[in-house]
Amino acid sequence: MSFISYLINGLSLGSVYAIIALGYTMVYGIAKMLNFAHGDVIMIGAYIALLTMSQAGMSPAIAVVAAVIVCTVLGVLIERIAYKPLRNASSSLAVLITAIGVSYLLQNIALLVFGANTQTFPSVITWSGISLAGGQLNISGVTIVTIAACLIIMAVLMTFVQKTKPGQAMRAVSEDKGAAQLMGINVNGTIALTFAIGSALAAIAGVLLCSAYPSLTPYTGAMPGIKAFVAAVFGGIGSIPGAFIGGLLLGIIEILGRAYISSQMADALVFAVLIVVLLVKPTGLLGKKIQEKV
Amino acid sequence: MALLEVTNLGISFGGLRAVNAFDISIEKEELYGLIGPNGAGKTTVFNLLTGVYKPDSGKVILDGTDITGKKTIDISKSGIARTFQNIRLFKQLSVLDNVKVGLHNKHHYSTAEGILRLPRYRRVEREMDEQAMELLKVFHLDQAAHLTAANLPYGEQRRLEIARALATEPKLLLLDEPAAGMNPNETGELMDMIRFVRENFHMTILLIEHDMKLVSGICEKLTVLNFGEVLAQGATSDVLNDPQVITAYLGE
Repeated sequence: MSFISYLINGLSLGSVYAIIALGYTMVYGIAKMLNFAHGDVIMIGAYIALLTMSQAGMSPAIAVVAAVIVCTVLGVLIERIAYKPLRNASSSLAVLITAIGVSYLLQNIALLVFGANTQTFPSVITWSGISLAGGQLNISGVTIVTIAACLIIMAVLMTFVQKTKPGQAMRAVSEDKGAAQLMGINVNGTIALTFAIGSALAAIAGVLLCSAYPSLTPYTGAMPGIKAFVAAVFGGIGSIPGAFIGGLLLGIIEILGRAYISSQMADALVFAVLIVVLLVKPTGLLGKKIQEKV
Repeated sequence: MALLEVTNLGISFGGLRAVNAFDISIEKEELYGLIGPNGAGKTTVFNLLTGVYKPDSGKVILDGTDITGKKTIDISKSGIARTFQNIRLFKQLSVLDNVKVGLHNKHHYSTAEGILRLPRYRRVEREMDEQAMELLKVFHLDQAAHLTAANLPYGEQRRLEIARALATEPKLLLLDEPAAGMNPNETGELMDMIRFVRENFHMTILLIEHDMKLVSGICEKLTVLNFGEVLAQGATSDVLNDPQVITAYLGE
């Protein structure tokens, strides 16, 4: 019974990773850059939700909406101010280093504004969950809501990218910015929309993460951000279903590793998995293999 | 008033004057050829016309509107569409989606309507599907609509690129070496198709081409570029018999 309970907890943590990884993978797929500040947007989202609930005394639903709005604006601003001027830079390293810089900037602004003290995050989900198998298997409300949220987000995002005009524009920009522009696609707008969606998802992930693990510091976003990045690479970066599967698997591996192997080794295990996957299948589980014509 | 009126267009890359004092005037529904030796600046002219490069001198007037130095997307909206020397389709997208991307600026619904799949989303998407299929039918690509563009044979990829360009409903269509890599048979079919596009869509076409059979077969007028400057300009047969042009192509 404890195995099933670990598995469900793993799925829940994995769902959070998957939601974060979707942001990484979409931005990478469309703007061809790794947004290492993505993890810190999660932290900002969690602080906004916390403030809305504790300082302004609003309901959890409003807190989530506030976090989503602030993070969406933040994501678009980061792109406009920090990344867009570098889009045509000669080296793709320039924008990568900038992303790391933005990550530290967000962490330090949070230190300045919110302080270094660990804050306790009140769960946004008040439902206590369900109890199965005569009370042997308890699944908390947060766990169920997190998994459901991840499934819904995944389904909506897939249809959005496959079936709608903005999604089609995203796929076109992802393949050839120049040609897309010449066909009348607003490339800047499309990239901004990608950042907006990714950051909105980061806000949701932040609230869910802190509801399950209720301690919040300015560094809270860093580790889940890196792990979600691992999940995105694991699943095949640029692929939306890849991010989903990568996230879920990573969450399960981490929780099972913590339970059965060693709780200190769990993080190391996660990265070891990445190394093994990249050795065996360098493009990730669902990554596309690009064949060079000779 | 000509549809496209270009005067004194020029651009330098570092110390190299890639295009200098380029003039051209194209009437509505004209089939116009731009020829010249390799490196003469033909594709650079296309890039200047479509806003990929910003000219450092000169003026481009399309249908009475000054579009000099405008952004690529605005030029696309004002009515210039193009194909590429090395085909640049969205290879991972379906054939239908490639054409639909070209239709984007003529059809609108908001992102929220798309996510929530509201009635307007359904209506507009249906319209786009129908319009794209009609275009594909014209180019005999309707059977392949749901294939991935990368899987089309070369000649069909070229056709699809033209269909995608036409989807933007341009006033002027630029074709960059449409016959590159084609055998004489395919080139013949391509000539018929270009004529067909001109007549059916009442299209004005400016094309770059090295295949002299195609150029002399379908172009009414020619401009010859050499080292970034206009060497000769006028009716096709006059230009091709110009001793200067023959020298530039064949040497002394």
